[in-house]
Amino acid sequence: MWLKKSEFNEEIMATSASKYAYIVCDPNLCVGCQLCEYVCSFSKTGEYNSYRSRIRTVRVDEVLITAIACRTCENAPCVIVCPRDALTQDPQTGLIDVNAAKCDGCAWCIEACDFGAISINPHTTLAEICDHCKDDPEGPQCVKWCPKEALSLTTPDQRAQRSRRALIAESFDMPQKATDPK
Amino acid sequence: MASRLLWENIIPGCDPLDDGNPICFANGIFTGTPVPVGGKFGLASKSPLTGFVGDSLSGSWFSVALKRAGWDGVVLHNSCDSWTQLFIDDDRVQFNDATYLLGKGTFETEEAIRNKLGDDQIRSCTIGACGENLVRYANVTNDGRQAGRTGHGMIWGKKKLKAVSVRGTHGVKVFDPKTLNQLAYDISKSAQGKDTEKYRVYGTSTGLLNTNKLGVLPTRNFQEGVFEDAELVSGEYLDRHHKVKVIACAQCPIACEQMSLVKTGPFAGAMTGIEYESLFANSSNLGVSDIRAAIKLITIADHDGMDSVTMGVTIGWAMECFEKGVLKKEDFASEEHPEGLELHFGNGEAAVAVAEMIRDQVGIGKLLAQGTRIASETLDKERGTESYKWAVHTKGLESAGYDARSLKTFALGLATGTRGGCHNRSAAYDPDMKGETNRLTVDETRGRVASESEEYAAVYDTLPLCKFIRRSFTGKADRSGAWPAIAKLINATTGWNYDYDDVDLIGTRACTIKKAFNIREGWTEKDDDLPWRWKHDPFSKGPGAGTVVTDEELAYMKKLYYEAKGWTEEGLLPKELLIKLGMPDVAEEVGV
Repeated sequence: MWLKKSEFNEEIMATSASKYAYIVCDPNLCVGCQLCEYVCSFSKTGEYNSYRSRIRTVRVDEVLITAIACRTCENAPCVIVCPRDALTQDPQTGLIDVNAAKCDGCAWCIEACDFGAISINPHTTLAEICDHCKDDPEGPQCVKWCPKEALSLTTPDQRAQRSRRALIAESFDMPQKATDPK
Repeated sequence: MASRLLWENIIPGCDPLDDGNPICFANGIFTGTPVPVGGKFGLASKSPLTGFVGDSLSGSWFSVALKRAGWDGVVLHNSCDSWTQLFIDDDRVQFNDATYLLGKGTFETEEAIRNKLGDDQIRSCTIGACGENLVRYANVTNDGRQAGRTGHGMIWGKKKLKAVSVRGTHGVKVFDPKTLNQLAYDISKSAQGKDTEKYRVYGTSTGLLNTNKLGVLPTRNFQEGVFEDAELVSGEYLDRHHKVKVIACAQCPIACEQMSLVKTGPFAGAMTGIEYESLFANSSNLGVSDIRAAIKLITIADHDGMDSVTMGVTIGWAMECFEKGVLKKEDFASEEHPEGLELHFGNGEAAVAVAEMIRDQVGIGKLLAQGTRIASETLDKERGTESYKWAVHTKGLESAGYDARSLKTFALGLATGTRGGCHNRSAAYDPDMKGETNRLTVDETRGRVASESEEYAAVYDTLPLCKFIRRSFTGKADRSGAWPAIAKLINATTGWNYDYDDVDLIGTRACTIKKAFNIREGWTEKDDDLPWRWKHDPFSKGPGAGTVVTDEELAYMKKLYYEAKGWTEEGLLPKELLIKLGMPDVAEEVGV
């Protein structure tokens, strides 16, 4: 489903007509401290528990570490696959809403999600998905807390811009001013 | 706390390798909360290296998982008949067959357990081949961090315990989360500032050039304190040529571990986290100026599970034996090297071969796997040599990377330390290196300084909090800067009402229980001694040239130290003092 440009939140989507913002982790900066999991689970449950975090750090080997949360896919597979239509996507933000009255914890959405960004809470048997802390005026708590500033709420276009700038900054060392040959 | 558990659960006087020696875990008070650097646990047993208290700390996810599973402490008694992996799954406990893990390295073992049990949140403490083969200084590893010193891995190996794994699925609650979150957030942000810069940017290895400048960088088995190739094995060199990535322990916003990779030469592919202590022991101390060999040596120690400091110092001892002709080329023969090895100082490739012989307990590796004290005693007895003169350990634990001949307060700290030659328990190198004391002489303040710095460190080690955070509370690392901030953290976490004095008392009590343990295990004042070399064999060059710590100086400082502690002249614990510290049961057993 393609949306009209006018429907986007101007602040986040200023340059993008097609992609939602999501929590991006830079694996070069992530040190694997898991503080994002602590604050995420705390803001949702009042307890510190990685199993209840909607962002998860992933450590594949000794140095390959990053964190993953909902990527707010367009035409989100989790929404499409849900047999009870419990999941809906906000057309403005791309956030996935879980209707507690409809969700029965069948976990089809988990199977559909390529990013492993959904979990089922065993106590409520409801699907849990990152919501960018939309009700918190401070915004995403994981982004606020990340000590290495590895996390950001970013659109893919913004991400690409950042990569381009970083590449150029690393690749060229422009002289500050021309030297006087005298 | 782990030491207290050990005090209560050991059969006093037992051999460290007997069933009577328990494995005691104690979890941190801040573990599982967002308090920066609070994700740590303590591990204690009677040390097979020292025969005294073997207390180690390790950071990271294992402790958090243990807390989420609901355990503040775990004590393991006796031993297993066959190789076992213990699995603590919240409140269920399973003893699983560990045959499939044998021979696997530490990280490999953790991964294999996660795969077998099917949950990547399972965290494990493991031993590698060194623990299985009963290397006396084998250690216990979790999440790439080590309960590194005093030989826990040998005890685990003897008990046929390959791994202790935990899955914790419950949330951790605190008394006043709003306050705690704010405190933790502020500390976490301030820990990105200048006060932790050296840990974040270069890691602890950046200290190497400083110790070299001060002339206290152990070089060629502590013969000198200045290494001519220090630049080539410095943290800065490591950063430029070998660093891959910086990683953190669980709940740590500092992230000091510099993962470093060898890209060229015979050791290409070796990779591990490099710390100052591991680095000095395996570079300058061996006269090795090719940092790639040092990284390889540390990688062997980390992956196969042994104490990289003791390993390096032991190989340094063997190198000096070789140079002095006490050990010959053919003594280092093995199937792989039938001719033997020329274990000169600086021969990194031979050092690597010897490290592998230690790990596998092959040939001379069997002797070197015992550490410098037993190895030198054995050799001297067999061959009538005097290699004890260059065995650099205190109480059987090889010394850390600050040569104490010209750091005299630190020398006192090492001599009296309950754990042996350890820089983590005595922080007295700090005033010496900063110039707060005259490090080349002794005076009447040293007893107090050594005692205070030991108890200061013990507060951090007991909570535990990593000491790298010490300046990030208020910018001041001393008691007045740190204790009120720590009291606030304790109170918000628990609902207790701790103040400055209560925090201060934590350190005193922790040092006291360890001391009491050692006394019960037969400690006498003679055990508070220094390596022969530091008492008789001065440096020829550098700022510390010509100094040693004489027996008279040591005796004088020990007296001051016992006085500062309120102990008897023989260093024993008065009953009244123990009762005043709230330890009546300890007073009953060892008080005088």
